[in-house]
Amino acid sequence: MRITCPICGERDRREFYYQGDAVALRRPEVDDTPEEWDAYLHLRDNPAGVTRDLWYHETGCGAWLVVTRNTVTHEVLGSVLARDAAGGAA
Amino acid sequence: MRLGKGGQIDRNQRIAFRFDGHRYEGFAGDTLASALLANGQRLLARSFKYHRPRGVLTAGSEEPNALVTIGQGGAQEPNVRATVQELHEGLEARSQNAWPSLELDLLAVNDLAAPFLAAGFYYKTFMWPRAFWEKLYEPLIRRAAGLGALSVQNNEDRYERVFAHCDLLVIGAGPAGLMAALTAARAGADVILCDEDTRTGGRLNAETHEVAGQPGADWAASVTAELEAMPNVRVLTRTTVTGAYDQGTYGALERLALGVAARKGAPREAFWRIVARRAVLAAGALERPVAFRNNDRPGVMMAGALRAYVNRWAVSPGRAVTVFGNNDDAHRTAADLLAAGVHVAALIDSRADAVTDLDIPFFKGGQVCDAHGRKGLEAISIATTSGIEKIRTDCLAMSGGWNPTVHLTCHMNGRPTWNAGLASFVPTPGAIPGLVTAGACNGTMSTHGCLAEGARVAAEVLGDLGMKAPDVALPQAEDAPYRITPLWTVPGKGRAWLDFQNDVTVKDVKQAAVENFRSVEHMKRYTTQGMATDQGKNSNVAALAVLADATGRGIPETGTTTFRPPYVPVSIAAMGAGAQGAGFAPQRFTTSHRASVAAGAPMIEAGLWYRPGYFPKDGETTWRQSCDREVGMVRNAVGVCDVSTLGKIDIKGPGAAALLDFVYTNMFSTLPEGRVRYGLMLREDGHVMDDGTTARLGPDHFVMTTTTAAAGQVMKHLEFAQQALRPDLDVSICSVTEHWAQFAVAGPKARDLLNGLLDSPIDDAAWPFMACGPVALQGVAGRLFRISFSGEHAYEVAVPARYGDSLFRLLVSCAEALGGGAYGLEALNVLRIEKGFITHAEIHGRTTAFDIGMQKMLSAKKDFIGKAAAARPGLVDPDREQLVGLKPVGAVKQLTAGAHLFDRDAPATRENDQGYVTSVGFSPTLETFLGLAFLKQGRTRHGEVIRMVDHLRGVETLCEVCDPVFFDPEGGRARG
Repeated sequence: MRITCPICGERDRREFYYQGDAVALRRPEVDDTPEEWDAYLHLRDNPAGVTRDLWYHETGCGAWLVVTRNTVTHEVLGSVLARDAAGGAA
Repeated sequence: MRLGKGGQIDRNQRIAFRFDGHRYEGFAGDTLASALLANGQRLLARSFKYHRPRGVLTAGSEEPNALVTIGQGGAQEPNVRATVQELHEGLEARSQNAWPSLELDLLAVNDLAAPFLAAGFYYKTFMWPRAFWEKLYEPLIRRAAGLGALSVQNNEDRYERVFAHCDLLVIGAGPAGLMAALTAARAGADVILCDEDTRTGGRLNAETHEVAGQPGADWAASVTAELEAMPNVRVLTRTTVTGAYDQGTYGALERLALGVAARKGAPREAFWRIVARRAVLAAGALERPVAFRNNDRPGVMMAGALRAYVNRWAVSPGRAVTVFGNNDDAHRTAADLLAAGVHVAALIDSRADAVTDLDIPFFKGGQVCDAHGRKGLEAISIATTSGIEKIRTDCLAMSGGWNPTVHLTCHMNGRPTWNAGLASFVPTPGAIPGLVTAGACNGTMSTHGCLAEGARVAAEVLGDLGMKAPDVALPQAEDAPYRITPLWTVPGKGRAWLDFQNDVTVKDVKQAAVENFRSVEHMKRYTTQGMATDQGKNSNVAALAVLADATGRGIPETGTTTFRPPYVPVSIAAMGAGAQGAGFAPQRFTTSHRASVAAGAPMIEAGLWYRPGYFPKDGETTWRQSCDREVGMVRNAVGVCDVSTLGKIDIKGPGAAALLDFVYTNMFSTLPEGRVRYGLMLREDGHVMDDGTTARLGPDHFVMTTTTAAAGQVMKHLEFAQQALRPDLDVSICSVTEHWAQFAVAGPKARDLLNGLLDSPIDDAAWPFMACGPVALQGVAGRLFRISFSGEHAYEVAVPARYGDSLFRLLVSCAEALGGGAYGLEALNVLRIEKGFITHAEIHGRTTAFDIGMQKMLSAKKDFIGKAAAARPGLVDPDREQLVGLKPVGAVKQLTAGAHLFDRDAPATRENDQGYVTSVGFSPTLETFLGLAFLKQGRTRHGEVIRMVDHLRGVETLCEVCDPVFFDPEGGRARG
């Protein structure tokens, strides 16, 4: 599997650490409801199709990425820095 | 028997080898199979289940029968296919799965019991009693059934791993692959051409076809020579592409050439990971047998394989050969045999409209319905319109048609497409992104067609890559049509084999259908069809046809099972190359490593690091003696300990303080410059992630320490917090763990020691507890932190790593002059237990700030990671297990980590569990065992006597529950 790091270019997936759904970028406020925090912490979809995951370029530049890929075809559709995704429509 | 002339063997180079102890001779260029056939050895193996005598069926890696064991001791390799094993001087091969010998195999009694051993036999028979399965049935079955055995010794051979990138990977170097590689190479593309054979050419080596007016093999050699001379091409023979993976990644197994592998230190195999922008699959096709009674007798082989033995190795596997087929290849085989001077006893073509102009006995519309002879073929029976005719023959070549080698196109869940004209599955385009198919594996069967298609797909690929396709002249070659009328099985009594390696017959597949295992996936598992190491390469399609017939469906409706990597068996040694022994995990050494080892300290693994356990002195015979002495040294004089393995993270920028406030539960923005603060870090789910101290070196500059084990995790966490959650903060984070060597100097004489080394002495006023700042040690710029993990007056001194070795030696010698010395992990652990300081034994991922008694560190004035979740009622429930200290009070004085806690008089059962012990140590200071534990409602139970039970070690101890801080609870020693 190959992932393109926006900083380093296309690399083998062994250089990356997989974290999970990019929903982790949408952190609730501290006084939001327990239900919102529960959803943020624990509830994850398991789609057959396009997902947005967080990957960490651990043995590369240390950037956190949001990688869009298809769990059915294994296609990697794109990746952006989490820094940019967090500022935009995460 | 060896033919008098011809073949691609070097008759001047004789090679002696042994099979089952007998000495034979072959020629350079032989495989073990061709050399044995040349010596008239037809019986090579016994089958998996019935122990049927078996010979060579094929001439390639798809071989299901001729599996042998080669080598001795640790280098012993079972299940080697004789058809791909290169002959070399001194080769020793042995037959397997036979007892006492290949010729007289007593386990062949299974064959007589065959009526009882059909599909599903094991499932139906060995059900009861249940307990018998593991102890009786399975060992018995395993002994009788099977393949070769491992030596169970360590394999000393070297295996290598290789990573490679290219524009175009060409898989298979037959006519299609060679043309594709040549076209791409001349365009300047970076090309890797792989072929599993020892030489390029594919079927051209086995046929008499001419290409460009010269023998096909010569044309292949000349193209290969051109490719090898080009700097942008790598030609890898003996290299099987074993799997297609995501984003153009391919696995390939290279078996090194014998001459290379024999060199000292050279690897035996190399496993390649190839990343290709594009790939051309030109893997050819595999011929399939026809299922008729006893079609597995030694001497019955594939027609294409027979042509390979005759044309390439100048071997005739028989004296009176018969040929049976349902397509024109049968005729081609007979013609090649005649041309080589081999007697052809009969040609049987199952097609009613077949014609031949060969001058041999011809059975038009005939079908071979039985093979006679047990350890070797003696005769065949032919069913014709006028009855059964028996013909003497010692070798039968059969051809049921060709199956394109679609395997790699299925590796990413693609399913091949049925092509009725070819009576075969062909690859479905686009099954592997970036891979196109060409030649016979695409269903293109003539040499001309293969050459043209190879050139065409390469030109397409070059277009995709933005390169211009050169004009490559297409060489002249045969372009005969492929004519076939399907024939899967010959009706009649007896067992007709489909899967030779797993002993699956036509009857078994029909039986599966009768028992309603009608889905192809169910049939496969019920009969084990295609589940052997050859993955049913020459049998799956025929088995599908039988199932389709038995269930009244067509083959496309029946569907097909899939193929998974690896295409051929790959040894674990090759796949895991480089990861054995020390290669399994990197080793991290501190700068004091050599000095510690020289002092006789046993080194303990701490993650990837190695740390000294203790430093034994003369006269000390147990680790406890050393540990007790070292603890006393720190409590009464001064000790030195390397703490460089703790994670050190440099945090700089205007947003640094805000980031620390966000990741720690307590405040850091209020920390003055030149001061250190203890911090607690939670995961977002409210549980403790890590703890440590962070020093403020400047307004925008902090250095965080983490525990040794969590250094990587914390780094990742900080990066996430900053990049993903607080990208607004202007701060940069850098791991400096290995840049600094850091040593704890602890004990009442710590300051005396340091003042002997520092360029400017320190005092309590300028350097109170939790102070930090720059210092100079004999001209070297370092950092000093007045922090303590022992509870003593202590410092940690850090210098750039290149000074670590000399500073450690210097500190230890100064400490020894003051009645102290170096201390190791054991003493460090006892010192911190005496003080109730936690490590990851306590913050193991399931404990909260509440559990460890640090709930007051959760700041109410700010948001921080884990704040919301830590406030959940369940995480601050008073019934939770809370950190306590334990002291033995009964006759038994021992405490053990991992033991569980129970009320004094309650039975020690799971239902009564009150908690567990996390850390223990013998305190020489307090002269007792001490333990840290988590106990339900523990903080309210100080003074209570409870029972510690260690079921595993058989220890039971009465303990008093107490505060976890056993020694100097006021903390005066560290501050004083």
